[in-house]
Amino acid sequence: MATRQTQFLARALLTPAVGLLFIWMIVPLALTIYFSTLHYSLLDPGSEAFVGLENFRYFLTDPAFLASLQNTLVLVGSVLALTILLGIPLALLMDQPVIGRNIVRLMVIAPFFVMPTVSALVWKNLLMHPVSGLFAWLARVFGLTPIDWFTDAPLLAVILIVAWQWLPFATLILLTALQSLDEEQKEAAEMDGASAVSTFIYITLPHLARPITVVILIETIFLLTVFAEIFVTTGGGPGLQTTNIAFLIYSQALIQFDVGSASAGGLVAVVIANVVAFFLVRIVGRNLEA
Amino acid sequence: MARKSTTQQVVISTIGAWLFGFLIFFPILWMVLASFKTELEAFAIPPSFLFFHWTTENYATVQERSDYFLHAMNSVIIAGGSTLIALLIAIPAAWSMAFSPTKRTKDILLWMLSTKMMPPVGVLVPIYLIYKTFGLLDSRIGLVFILCLGNLPIVVWMLFTYFKEIPRDILEAARMDGATIGRELIYVLTPMAIPGLASTMLLNLILAWNEAFWTLNLSTSNAAPLTTFIASYSSPEGLFWAKLSAASTLAIAPILVLGWFSQKQLVRGLTFGAVK
Repeated sequence: MATRQTQFLARALLTPAVGLLFIWMIVPLALTIYFSTLHYSLLDPGSEAFVGLENFRYFLTDPAFLASLQNTLVLVGSVLALTILLGIPLALLMDQPVIGRNIVRLMVIAPFFVMPTVSALVWKNLLMHPVSGLFAWLARVFGLTPIDWFTDAPLLAVILIVAWQWLPFATLILLTALQSLDEEQKEAAEMDGASAVSTFIYITLPHLARPITVVILIETIFLLTVFAEIFVTTGGGPGLQTTNIAFLIYSQALIQFDVGSASAGGLVAVVIANVVAFFLVRIVGRNLEA
Repeated sequence: MARKSTTQQVVISTIGAWLFGFLIFFPILWMVLASFKTELEAFAIPPSFLFFHWTTENYATVQERSDYFLHAMNSVIIAGGSTLIALLIAIPAAWSMAFSPTKRTKDILLWMLSTKMMPPVGVLVPIYLIYKTFGLLDSRIGLVFILCLGNLPIVVWMLFTYFKEIPRDILEAARMDGATIGRELIYVLTPMAIPGLASTMLLNLILAWNEAFWTLNLSTSNAAPLTTFIASYSSPEGLFWAKLSAASTLAIAPILVLGWFSQKQLVRGLTFGAVK
């Protein structure tokens, strides 16, 4: 039984972590809210003035916002679709009796440990370069015209790079879930004459529903703020073609030095992320009680 | 696992899995190969896969021209420092929540998780301005601090899920025998918690090593870790593929090895215990 003393100690041990996280959350957020109501440019110091919601009006009606919102949604949606649609068959395959499964596992998981700046630059140059890249060479071998990825399909190029980085994550989680599936259930279904397809649809897929949800939510949180891959490959261009919300806010803050507008944008990003977070926290919370 | 598989099934799934795995791994392999080529061969069309003049000169050049070890050292200090501090703060908190839970423990845990959901770009402006004011831009201590706070929720969560699995009976037995909380912590809990601590540390090191939002925005040269250093190869005049590959190989090799050791914990850490 916990005595009064241990309760006190428990609270004392918890305080530093809670306190630091509280400050970490509240102070920058409060400052962002404060800056978002100011006309505040680093190029024009001393001219700060309260402008109410003007920055939000400016940010939300800026054509760049709609373009980058669309790019963000396309990027998140495509990467989710690619990683899950490829991750399911890949996990199923690795759940089969495979000779040397551990080595295959190592190869599949590897991209996740490559730092984003490295993956982006290796893909951009060694693979996707329109003349000397491996893809261009492969295209010519098969008699096709090589694609100039970062001119003709820049967003697709970024999507492919990010999907390559996140495929291991989706696969690993789905594989972990598959391995916890009760083998006897599948056997029973097979004995009753169920085909492989219906075993998959009626037993495996429902079992994967929760891990798939977790993959979608966690990936979404990270994919909403993809930054380094865009920073080192396209710099948001050509035009606004690969600018997502995170990159737009970055360029307003640290390239155009418009603190007020970037802060307003930051709050928009926080709101979008919170909608996703709301669902994730509920799912994890439910799990905590079980 | 009782089901029998025919030889044919094994052959097909083995070929399929190896093919898939090789394709996914290929960009990394290609990069490692390019790092041993001359610049001319790295660009060559048709590309040479194995039969080129193997050379290690790129690795030497990378160090000579760009002070690679400074950046590697920065990565070690920033990732290692932020991980250690995060552990020091998180261990007592996770211990307290796992062994003396209160009505609010669940709310506190979920609230901590929700701080991780905050997009970093949402607080980029104030953090940048605060760092500028206090001279923390391009400083290692500044990066240690921000990566530590950024990963603290994950560290607390992982430790919490590990501590939860330590049987409470043992603790109660120790208490009955008159052990104080301090002794309980040192002699009973710590030895049982070491595997969980190690995995948490490993995962956090990986995350901090690869972090590329704050490092790109808050460091330029002196404090720049490898993420920022590699990004400098994105400028057009810096496009030397063989050297880029050599620098990249060096930058990811240590973390790839650590990562392969910690793949099981990865699932647990990144899903906040939702998938084990």
